[in-house]
Amino acid sequence: MWAFLVTEVMFFGGLFLAYTFLRWKYHDAVVAASGHLDWILGGVNTGVLLISSLTMAMAVHAAQEGKRKATVNFLILTMILGAVFLGVKAFEYSHKWHDGLFPGFNFHWTENPGYAGGAEMFLFLYFVMTGLHGLHMVVGIGLVAWIIKRANRGDFTPEYNIPVEITGLYWHFVDIVWIFLYPLLYLIQPPHH
Amino acid sequence: MPGATNGVFEMPKTTYINAQEGIKSWLLTGDHKRIAILYLISISIFFALGGIFAALIRIELLTPGPDLEAEMYNRAFTAHGIVMVFMFLIPAIPAVLGNFLLPIMIGARDLAFPKVNLLSWYLYMIGGLLTLSAMLMGGVDTGWTFYTPYSTSYSQSYVFLTGLGIFIMGFSSITTGLNFVITTHKMRAPGMTWSRLPLFVWSQYATSLVMLLGTPVIAITVVLLAAERVFGVGVFNPNLGGDPVLFQHLFWFYSHPAVYIMVLPAMGVISELIAAFSRRRVFGYSFVAFSSLAIAIFGFLVWGHHLFVSGQSAYAGIIFSLLSFIVAIPSAVKVFNWTTTLYKGSISYETPMLYALAFIGLFAIGGLTGLFCAALGLDVHITDTYFIIAHFHYVMVGATVIAYLGGIHYWWPKMTGRTYPEFWGKLSAMLIYVGFNLTFFPQFILGYLGMPRRYHVYPPEYQVLNVLSTAGASVLAIGFMMPVFYLLWSLKFGPVAGPNPWGAKGLEWETASPPPTLNFDATPIVTEEAYAYDAEAEESAYQAALQQAKHAK
Repeated sequence: MWAFLVTEVMFFGGLFLAYTFLRWKYHDAVVAASGHLDWILGGVNTGVLLISSLTMAMAVHAAQEGKRKATVNFLILTMILGAVFLGVKAFEYSHKWHDGLFPGFNFHWTENPGYAGGAEMFLFLYFVMTGLHGLHMVVGIGLVAWIIKRANRGDFTPEYNIPVEITGLYWHFVDIVWIFLYPLLYLIQPPHH
Repeated sequence: MPGATNGVFEMPKTTYINAQEGIKSWLLTGDHKRIAILYLISISIFFALGGIFAALIRIELLTPGPDLEAEMYNRAFTAHGIVMVFMFLIPAIPAVLGNFLLPIMIGARDLAFPKVNLLSWYLYMIGGLLTLSAMLMGGVDTGWTFYTPYSTSYSQSYVFLTGLGIFIMGFSSITTGLNFVITTHKMRAPGMTWSRLPLFVWSQYATSLVMLLGTPVIAITVVLLAAERVFGVGVFNPNLGGDPVLFQHLFWFYSHPAVYIMVLPAMGVISELIAAFSRRRVFGYSFVAFSSLAIAIFGFLVWGHHLFVSGQSAYAGIIFSLLSFIVAIPSAVKVFNWTTTLYKGSISYETPMLYALAFIGLFAIGGLTGLFCAALGLDVHITDTYFIIAHFHYVMVGATVIAYLGGIHYWWPKMTGRTYPEFWGKLSAMLIYVGFNLTFFPQFILGYLGMPRRYHVYPPEYQVLNVLSTAGASVLAIGFMMPVFYLLWSLKFGPVAGPNPWGAKGLEWETASPPPTLNFDATPIVTEEAYAYDAEAEESAYQAALQQAKHAK
């Protein structure tokens, strides 16, 4: 699993490189576009994910101690929090669409026209990065659901609980990606509204 | 010849081949050996396809004038590049020979994740067929490198579909790499320490690391490329404020290490062949093993030498040039160790050994001309000429394809239980060697004289060398086709090989040919280092046998 996470780091790494380049080349446009992201919603989501990481860690701990009921409950909590995150994300996406901030198909930049190109690219990267992250969340929720089923069946004992642990590792990884995405995308400058 | 068999063996009763019957048992198998065979079949078909595109190119270049339209020619060389790189060279040795041999060589019953292994084949097929369908609909004209902004804004061809195919095939190589790394760490037989691993396993391990670290980057690059085409946003498009050089950086960050995905496993094969046919321990075992890792690591630091003329800063150019020279060191370490292994060995020249010797010669030329390309000043002159084409074909065909064929011949008795006809094997090996040099050596000269790549017409003074090259390609084609016939023939009519037809060392030769589904009847226990050959004893036994034969006369 660690090896797999290494490939994931490289996967997101390419995007972070593109981001670095963009920020360096179009600093002002990026700042302006970032102002359109809702840092409060993003912040809420950060909190949601951090709590889900905690419940995930508790689930792994419970599995190691052989507490089936607690394991399942913590996993269900984790899954719910993951779903909340995705719900908020969907809300944010639809807002962007409404505001004409969706690159390519529905993009209308009304502020400083010099920023339009850079801003569109920033939002493009925003959608690609968070979209990819969201996809990882969906996979994560699927994994947790599968683990819940197995835990319910009583597959895990204090001696054998590797699947729970591995799913946990994956979940934490996806959280950490968000911990990087949030400040880089949302917190570039204090919002002006 | 040591270890010759006289047809006294019988085929084992249950093998991985007949353990279960029916197409379904193959398509749903978890057995790494069956998956290797699935790969072997599909990869061979793709190789033939790539060869057809190559033939189109060589026919066009036979005469200076246009026979194909420029557009058609662009699509032909792009298809040739994509098929050969992504569908043949990258998976060839790891997915066929690696899949088949890695678990057996370390004494394991299978790879760590058999289902993931099967998944990797399906991913490969889905990606391959998507790319293929893009070609059937009209193909791509960007070159296999997909340079932006051409590929994102101007090309009218099926870039998106092709990109999707390559993206999916990328995951096939990631899953294979994961499987190999974990298997090598966790599933070695008792006594199989790291310092006893066959060098083939070491090279597969190094390759897997490159696959794990590099492939995700190309995957995300292709995603950006595709998204750019769909959404019309220009991360890579200068018109929209993007930077095409960013694409080149990202692309070569994978695609240069990908060269090592192609050549490292080939080097592993050659280490096995040289040791087996000179009956000696590989000279400087640990140097050869660690040079694989060194190549894997340095390989990640040299991508900038593809960008010498792209406008990257001169300082970056100098550093990349220097780092590229450094990669030559571990490569040369290997070549010197192989040649030293031959010294005082008891050498015999069967087909696999011919391939191994061909590899050393061709790889030396490919590697040394690589230094020309790594030299900053010289490269400006030869960039995008036929010199580059010749250089990387010497490495990719001259090294990888040759080693792949050598490996297929060497392990064919293990895979199928039967030996192929040695005469035809040697003949085709020699045809390939001659044909290959005739095809690509003239291209060095053409490139040096200034003939650019990717043009379908050229000035008449280049024709003589181009005719030579096309003639060589015809010989090469015959050489490549022959094994198809005699290897298939041997499946039914070849003499039964027995467990160890070459008298070689290594766990794979201690089990039956073909092996049973779980590879060994009992878990093997390893008590000696790899390549524990005794060349002197072999040689004196051989001389004694010769004397006896004389007396008998």
